Amino acid sequence: MSAGAIPEGLTRVEIDAVASGRGLSPAELEARLRADASSRRVVLLLYSVALGWLIIGSLFGELASLKLHWPDLLTAWAPLTFGRVRTAHLHMVNYGWATAALIGTSLWLFPRLVHAELKGARLAMVGAVLFTVGVLLGIVGVLAGVNDGMEWLEGNRWLTAPFQVVGGGLIGLSLFRTAAARKAEHLYVSVWYILGSFVWFPMLYLTAKIYPWSGATSAAVNWFYAHNVLGFWLTSMSVGAAYYFIPKVLGRPIYSYQLSLLGFWSLAMFYSLNGMHHLVGGPIPEWMITTSIVASIFMFIPVVATGINLHMTVLGRFGALRYSPTLRFVVLGGLAYTAVSLQGSLTALREVNRITHFTHWTVAHSHVGGYGFVTFVAFGSMYYVVPRLVGHEWPSARLIRWHFNLALAGIAIYVVALSWAGVAQGLALLDPKLPFQFSVVRSMPGLYGRSLGGVLMTIAHFVFAYHFWIMLRAPRGAAGATRPPFHEAQPLLYAVEEPGR
Amino acid sequence: MTRPILIVLGAFAIMASAICLLVLVPAAMLRGVKAPAALQPYTARQLAGRQVYIANGCLYCHSQQIRDPAFTTDVDRGWGARATVPADYVYDRPHLMGTMRTGPDLINVGQRLPSEDWQLIHLYDPRALVEWSIMPGFPFLFEKKAPGDVRPGDRVVTVPGPRAPKGVVVVAKPEAVALADYLISLKRTYPVEENPAAPPGVTQHSAAGRVAQGRP
Repeated sequence: MSAGAIPEGLTRVEIDAVASGRGLSPAELEARLRADASSRRVVLLLYSVALGWLIIGSLFGELASLKLHWPDLLTAWAPLTFGRVRTAHLHMVNYGWATAALIGTSLWLFPRLVHAELKGARLAMVGAVLFTVGVLLGIVGVLAGVNDGMEWLEGNRWLTAPFQVVGGGLIGLSLFRTAAARKAEHLYVSVWYILGSFVWFPMLYLTAKIYPWSGATSAAVNWFYAHNVLGFWLTSMSVGAAYYFIPKVLGRPIYSYQLSLLGFWSLAMFYSLNGMHHLVGGPIPEWMITTSIVASIFMFIPVVATGINLHMTVLGRFGALRYSPTLRFVVLGGLAYTAVSLQGSLTALREVNRITHFTHWTVAHSHVGGYGFVTFVAFGSMYYVVPRLVGHEWPSARLIRWHFNLALAGIAIYVVALSWAGVAQGLALLDPKLPFQFSVVRSMPGLYGRSLGGVLMTIAHFVFAYHFWIMLRAPRGAAGATRPPFHEAQPLLYAVEEPGR
Repeated sequence: MTRPILIVLGAFAIMASAICLLVLVPAAMLRGVKAPAALQPYTARQLAGRQVYIANGCLYCHSQQIRDPAFTTDVDRGWGARATVPADYVYDRPHLMGTMRTGPDLINVGQRLPSEDWQLIHLYDPRALVEWSIMPGFPFLFEKKAPGDVRPGDRVVTVPGPRAPKGVVVVAKPEAVALADYLISLKRTYPVEENPAAPPGVTQHSAAGRVAQGRP
């Protein structure tokens, strides 16, 4: 390629940037293209796997939801009993969908951020396949009744752990080798979160899986793992992605480097001590629960630091949400992160917890985090990354609009209905004069509402998966949507100049 | 930050200290907890039933823990006479304390509902006994036989009311009998003393109770 020429395979936005003399030099663009090419195959593989899990995970989730208000639905066959379907759903969406999507995004981000091609991309590909096999075996086991008995850790340890450890290890190795080969001097904040996650997740997983814990200790280990896998895998990977995409799409730097530092290290310090708030009042030593409640309140520090940092970067540019589906999903994901974390800290307080513990409130809360935050960030990331891997824009603005609107309406109905159900259930349980029946009957409207929200989310996922499918099949350089998906929507706060005019 | 190794080491050090504090220290403390004399180890059949309980996900709707009576209404509700303590779980591998009460707590269900007949009918079709229940039936733990095919030794379950299957006899499979046996074995009704081997704080008179009562 001669110097000064525009490299092939750029998206329209990047070609415009080169043509108008803004942004990067052709040499820098070429380095970026090489970085993208090095991770292309493994990222597309992981995204495809992720979307497959998302579709069946949604169907299993919806079935579990329906079974709670239509309990005679599909009871004859053991693999479709509520307890197995619900657990399969949890593993499909967390270890299947979210994990594969977040690893995919991080493998794409890393070479770009450290200015080096992805090392060991082939082994990472093998790792992705092995990890997926491990998840699949665990789920098939759960459906067949093979279950280790601790929540979030149900996959049989001999069946799943070897695949997940080796598979995840190969992917981690690829990232660490890429970090070692870096040409960038400074490590951007997203790199911290991704590197940290690949240290934390294996430590947590091995602690919980390697030894057959028993008695009250196993409860402590269970919730140490199950809470931290949210904080040190799903959350940390998603925050890392949000830190990249928000400033990237807006073309402005992150608000404060110092707040990034504070947010990262205080998340590690305080989140790691949170888990025992799942056992408030339970039969484990009181000091452990108290430690976790205190640490949960201290979570205000990383959450507010990260929240200020992300939201202040967007402030004044909300109008840009009309043009970029990436920004729309990731900014909403960031807001959900702030909301779910503050909600979590308050729920850890004993006075709140005595109402909400053991109720649907917790399930609603986990979906604000797992869907409103993690899944929205994953959607936004994929909207940005995939065009840069396949070399053309998303074909349809209308499909993006449907995906976003259905997903948002679905999760909103889900969370409102189920949180309400949880409070109604919890208040009924706290009144010993009310028979247990009341806690069931009073939560029923919320359970129906949850199923409705779930249907909308599931349709949204089919729309997105279909769009992804035609995106992959379209020839390189195919024409994409000519207008941004939300161009007719008015800015949320106040009008801004439209870029490019 | 410019050096990946510092991030890796810092991340490792913080998580390692958290594992020490919330996994290794309690594991060492709770090792001294002895089973109360009145708590029987599970029999082989009860353990098989416990596995059926795990495999079918009972724990996602039923807890197995009674919390401090000053903090919650678990005791007032009749689920147990006292809060459960670590010693109650010595034979549980792993724990099944649960996090949901879509259904009632089960740690003392063997005391409340000791009838094997009741348990088996309820497992076959909960709404045959409890009209408002949203628990699924587990018909796959049972066989339906023509009346002539019933053999001596079959555990026949007589489902009452209009929901009873017509023209067939319901026979419990060994898994169902084992699960019922496990459920009936759940009785943490013996009194517990302040366990001298237990560290301070491992009692039913917890800080949570004092908080709920507005005491320091």
